[in-house]
Amino acid sequence: MVSAQSNPNPPSPTGPESALAAAGEVAPITPGTASSVADGRLDEPPASPVQKKRGVPEGLWIKCPGCSETVYRKEVAGRLNVCPKCDYHFYVSATDRVAQVLDDGTFEPMYEELRPTDPLNFADRRPYSERLIAEQRRTGLTDAVLTGIGMIRARRVAFAVTDSAFIMGSMGSVVGERLARLVEHATQQCLPLIIISGSGGGARMHEGILSLMQMAKVSAALARYHGSGGLYISVLTNPTMGGVAASFASLGDLVFAEPKALIGFAGPRTIKATIGIELPEDFQTSEFLLKHGYIDRIVTRPNLKSEIARAIDYCGK
Amino acid sequence: MSDTSGLDFERDVTELESQIAAIERQTVRSEEAESRLRELRLARVDRLREIYMNLSSWQTVQVARHKNRPYTRDYLNLAFDEFVELHGDKFFGDDRAMLSGFAKLDRFKVMVIGHQKGRTYKERAACHFGCAHPEGYRKAMQKMRMAEKYRLPLICFIDTPGAFPGKEAEERGQAQVIAESMFLMSRLRTPIICVVIGEGGSGGALGIGVGDRVAMLENSYYSVISPEGCAGILWKSHEFAPKAAEALRFTAKDLSKFGVIDKIIPEPLGGAHRDHHQMAMRLKNYLSATLGELTTQPTDELLSVRYEKFRQMGELIEEPSVG
Repeated sequence: MVSAQSNPNPPSPTGPESALAAAGEVAPITPGTASSVADGRLDEPPASPVQKKRGVPEGLWIKCPGCSETVYRKEVAGRLNVCPKCDYHFYVSATDRVAQVLDDGTFEPMYEELRPTDPLNFADRRPYSERLIAEQRRTGLTDAVLTGIGMIRARRVAFAVTDSAFIMGSMGSVVGERLARLVEHATQQCLPLIIISGSGGGARMHEGILSLMQMAKVSAALARYHGSGGLYISVLTNPTMGGVAASFASLGDLVFAEPKALIGFAGPRTIKATIGIELPEDFQTSEFLLKHGYIDRIVTRPNLKSEIARAIDYCGK
Repeated sequence: MSDTSGLDFERDVTELESQIAAIERQTVRSEEAESRLRELRLARVDRLREIYMNLSSWQTVQVARHKNRPYTRDYLNLAFDEFVELHGDKFFGDDRAMLSGFAKLDRFKVMVIGHQKGRTYKERAACHFGCAHPEGYRKAMQKMRMAEKYRLPLICFIDTPGAFPGKEAEERGQAQVIAESMFLMSRLRTPIICVVIGEGGSGGALGIGVGDRVAMLENSYYSVISPEGCAGILWKSHEFAPKAAEALRFTAKDLSKFGVIDKIIPEPLGGAHRDHHQMAMRLKNYLSATLGELTTQPTDELLSVRYEKFRQMGELIEEPSVG
């Protein structure tokens, strides 16, 4: 189900433009500003010239964006894609994340039958329908989220994880629908709900207003879940931006974040262009959000599973 | 309330209007001048109709952003019998980009929340051009709870380029408050009517956009991202904003087709900016009729229909079986 060999780098993007759509990506006061949350701060390695097969190391050594040290790729992979020198948290694919967080072999995927379409007949420099096929081939995913049921240290949970490599982990109709169904399922079955978010894109602009409405749809489902007394743990990973941050990712009863993840509404470049001041070094990082009171705990990747299990036990009835 | 709009696609109309004005200035007019005046007036109406029947998406954006377009404050003055402004989020401050307060419309006592852009430069600066900060959304939520408590129907006017992208906005939880506001609105136990009156700029718009009815004025737009932002990302240049505007399919007609809005409120000939009063009356009629419908419905039913309304949004393929 999940490759044992994890790859610290996401599959190389089809192009940098595959990146961003975000509810927050507007520059209203200076509409002349390009907005990108990439900003060189994302864990977005430069596109490699040659397409590599997933899970196969591209080289023996990689350079860590956190400490700039050259580290042994296998060692990084063996530590859940965390840098052995500086604890930098590299990208993790959705399937690898399932293997890291859920008990072995317990994940039962759901709603895989929901597939994206192209309601706007959207084309920028490339038709969205083509882009979808390319992204599916490149990532092995059908859309940017995996949803299903699984066990975390023998506790049954409803589980979702977005993959920031699939059109920047952006939310279109399929992501919204899978999450809404999962939340409703968790409500009916009285299951704790865990959503691990990674999205530089927010709401997916290729599906226009329908993407924006997914924010309302999933938030409404979460409101019902909340009303039924369900426990929702939201885990924020690098990056969680725009419409994803401004909907389900921020609505956890508990909000955990991996260290040094980029988390926020508007992209730093948009903000810089709008207000024209230098931003603090730690701006929009997990640590920044912790300081300002928006997350409960910063949790390192090796501790994530235990921390989730412990929180479930505290909130169990 | 006619004005020189400054929209380049209206140049013919502006030209006709200046000719009309020139003749109107003559205190004594010949038979010939009178007939010329009639002709010009008819020509102006024809031309306006032709232009506004065929606005491109990008032109719609320009009309939606027009500096003389009526704002929330104008509708409060023109369409409502009374407005009692309520300031403050009881937490941090009073965001001028978000207006709120009690209001009376016909026989209804309501709570109104709306983005405010500001007319003069000074007002615009104070309102951050209609871009609310987190305190704006907290203020909105505080008034929503108040509306729920006293069962006042809630009316939301959406008119924002987007929620403010700034350092303080992030520090005070911009993403968090928009999420919370949608969460709250989805189960608020009072009727909610949302109307996009100008710009429906992504999350900042949706933050006060979850309701039992969502309407748009004919020449407003409602989008996941600004056309400039989209062009910057996908075309790598803001010059492609008109192209992005077409691709994003965000006009009232488009949204009606996607099942995202319930109603398009027609604007006076040549756009709302040409006749605030008439626009306000049309809006008032819509609100009054809709309040009449919604206030008679049992709350539980209202909430379940509201849930289903947003629940069915989106388009996808459901494969019959997956191996």
